[in-house]
Amino acid sequence: MARFTLRVNGSSHQVDAPPDMPLLWVLRDLLGLTGTKYGCGVSQCGACTVHMGGNAVRSCVTPVSAVGRAEVVTIEGLSADGSHSVQKAWVEEEVPQCGYCQPGQIMSAAALLARTSSPTDDDIDQAMSGNLCRCGTYDRIRKAIHRAAGGAAREG
Amino acid sequence: MEREPEVRPLVPDIDRQVVADATRVFKLERRDFVKLGAMAGGGLVLGVAFPRGLRAWERGADGDGAGRDGADADAPALNAFVQVATDGGVTIWMARAEMGQGVLTALPMLVAEELDADWDSVRIQQAGADPHKYGRQTTVGSSSVRNGAWLHLRKAGAAARAMLVAAAAKRWGVPAGECAASKGRVTHAGSGRSAGYGELAEEAARLAVPADPKLKSPSAFTLIGTSPARRDTPAKVRGTADYGADVRVEGMLQATVVHPPRFGDSVGSFDASKAMAVPGVRKVVPISAGLAVVADHTWAAFRGAEALRVTWKDGGFGKDSKAIAAELDGLLEGPEAAVARNDGDVAGALSSGAHRAGGRYVTPYLAHATMEPMVTTARVEKGRCEVWASTQNPQGAQRVAADVTGLDVSNVDVHVTFVGCGWGRRGSVDYVRDAVETAKAVGAPVQLVWTREEDMRHDEYRPISHYRMQGAVDAKGRLSALDARVAAPPIGVQDGRGRAGEVNRSAVDGIANSAYSIPNLRVDYRYSGIPVPTGYWRSVGPSQNTWVMESFVDELAHAAGRDPVEFRLALLDGEPRVKRVLEMAAERAGWGKPLPAGRARGVALVRDKGGRVAEIAEVSSENGQPRVHRVTVVADCGIVVHPNIVESQYAGSVIAGLAAALYGNITLREGSVVQGNFGGYPLLRMDEAPAVDVHIVDSREDPGGVGEPALPPAAPALTNAWFALTGTRVRELPMVPQA
Repeated sequence: MARFTLRVNGSSHQVDAPPDMPLLWVLRDLLGLTGTKYGCGVSQCGACTVHMGGNAVRSCVTPVSAVGRAEVVTIEGLSADGSHSVQKAWVEEEVPQCGYCQPGQIMSAAALLARTSSPTDDDIDQAMSGNLCRCGTYDRIRKAIHRAAGGAAREG
Repeated sequence: MEREPEVRPLVPDIDRQVVADATRVFKLERRDFVKLGAMAGGGLVLGVAFPRGLRAWERGADGDGAGRDGADADAPALNAFVQVATDGGVTIWMARAEMGQGVLTALPMLVAEELDADWDSVRIQQAGADPHKYGRQTTVGSSSVRNGAWLHLRKAGAAARAMLVAAAAKRWGVPAGECAASKGRVTHAGSGRSAGYGELAEEAARLAVPADPKLKSPSAFTLIGTSPARRDTPAKVRGTADYGADVRVEGMLQATVVHPPRFGDSVGSFDASKAMAVPGVRKVVPISAGLAVVADHTWAAFRGAEALRVTWKDGGFGKDSKAIAAELDGLLEGPEAAVARNDGDVAGALSSGAHRAGGRYVTPYLAHATMEPMVTTARVEKGRCEVWASTQNPQGAQRVAADVTGLDVSNVDVHVTFVGCGWGRRGSVDYVRDAVETAKAVGAPVQLVWTREEDMRHDEYRPISHYRMQGAVDAKGRLSALDARVAAPPIGVQDGRGRAGEVNRSAVDGIANSAYSIPNLRVDYRYSGIPVPTGYWRSVGPSQNTWVMESFVDELAHAAGRDPVEFRLALLDGEPRVKRVLEMAAERAGWGKPLPAGRARGVALVRDKGGRVAEIAEVSSENGQPRVHRVTVVADCGIVVHPNIVESQYAGSVIAGLAAALYGNITLREGSVVQGNFGGYPLLRMDEAPAVDVHIVDSREDPGGVGEPALPPAAPALTNAWFALTGTRVRELPMVPQA
């Protein structure tokens, strides 16, 4: 057990956790931030994606001891009211079906758009192929990313 | 011995007029409001009752699933409720599970349409388990709209509207026929008077319920057929939608389960010392399924589970996939089989055919691989049990909790969370039992989450199935004979369902009852008792049988030198709606028109669960492996309640069907499942997902199923395109087996 001070969604949190405890479980079980989902535990599905220092990371394989002073942003912290451009685009395109993977999809998309304001379809493939969706909402995810980028949906 | 079996679809189409005539709308008295939780707001509360005789039909409607959802046969049940409160708010109780298919939005639309409610004022309440209130609640078979609700919910809305209008007419002293209702208000044009539903609700509640409220004709719909914003989307994009593992109960511990790796084994002895040494682990509890590790947080439970040392008691099943395949191949050759269909003279037509084809087809075991692993939260205290479950079967959850605790079902409350994909897996309640047993054993609320590996290795799999197909085309180029033998374990083999000599409907569904007119048709089935658990998998029998049927029809078309679309059209004279979707798909996909070099098209269709779907896939080869560029979907599912949701269901079904065809494969080594995560059991990813062009046929027919019927044609459209491209006929799935 060790004590960690984490920066999550703009505020500081102290947690007591084993150093190898993945950030996912710190967020969900110790901080009560249940928007970030468990899907595979081995970085194969992307449901647990959060931002760490602005990059999309898989929180299920990120030990809490590796977080350090990096700012962590979860789906709950992306905006206070669902007003982030990616969230708005997701609503406008009606992307989610079951919705379980969507917090991870949205965090991956937001990280992509933060560094590439007008992503091509190839950029989207690269950034989003680590995020599985069992409902098969990929077509709408692509359209929503283009929409959030401000462009009309391009042909795939 | 041959006998005439019934080859009904799993969820048969209902005689809608019988249901319409027999369904009655009832008024709830104020003393009953509290039972519904509708006390706040008072006003008018109506329920729709499904009469006893028809409920018996409905209970049996999913055939193999009968008895699993157990509505009480003797009590007339109300199965939908609507409240018009004095503040004008309309609340609709939704008794099905929202797993992405959109029932949270589409079902209330049915009530709101006939009620002429202001859609923005409609609140939706997720119903808990209660067979007496809701009748059958199991969310399966693409049935939420088409069976029952299409009539029940509209009738409830129409009755409430008629009572509100009557109340206004009485208040104003004018004939009801001169009053109109729209967006939650009744108006009388002659006098210019108007009143909101909330003002009228108490007066309406004192009136008699009309015996037979008139339903709108489809041309009068203003809400049905439009796509209002889905009610679940805002929470799902903010991370505030609660799924099974997002439930938080005071004093709750986290747990996980370890099953015997080999099917049929059980716990012999175990050493928990290493597990207990993991910081945060509280207890290791033997439960019926295996061992539960209880901890302060999920990570400790998972690590504790890894640290357990267990000696498993041998259950005697140690087969691997090769032995299972050999067993099923043997059944394909045996003489005795249960005959599902035997029309005409198959042997004669086969021998006299101008062109013949034949082959062995194989579909593997498949896992459901829902993104949300199995999870339930349970609290057992003070003579009550409370369950929070991500489930398609709340009444099954209620019964299993009652069974574990010894409580009456009336003392078990089941809360249904958002479901992170159902796919049929969550019609079973094995994982609910795990949580209730563990909570009872530790005397504290417990949330039990399966690891992905346990989820994949202890699923109830889509059955493996082997097929022997023979067919002939006559001199006119028409399919004249088809002879199909299916060898497969039945769904629910672990529960003792099915037996030798008896047709298993799911195993032949899609072959024995395809849309095609085939004059000489024989389909038979051989049972296998291989003890790998089997279950319902999205679209069930047709998800695999349609691949075989449509592949083989394609083989026969090519054997006869006929165009695959023309060949199929000639067999569809009895099915004009299927014929139409095929014609439209061919036109939209440019069937027969040239493609860029290295690309080819394949076609397939299905009539399933009230839906008729044709798909055309455009495929190329990249490094010897198939790549799907585009899939054209044309579907007729009758009247469409919410086009945007239907489009999304079809597009997603195609992705799911392609993932299964390309990669889906559960294999066994010494009685244990090999694949444990998405590395060994890949799903389609963004960079592999084709563009899906969906076209929904304008129809005035009653609604058909939506969530499943677009899945079956995706795989054969792909493999038929692969044949057109490469000349290689795929007869065994998956196309791209994993190492």
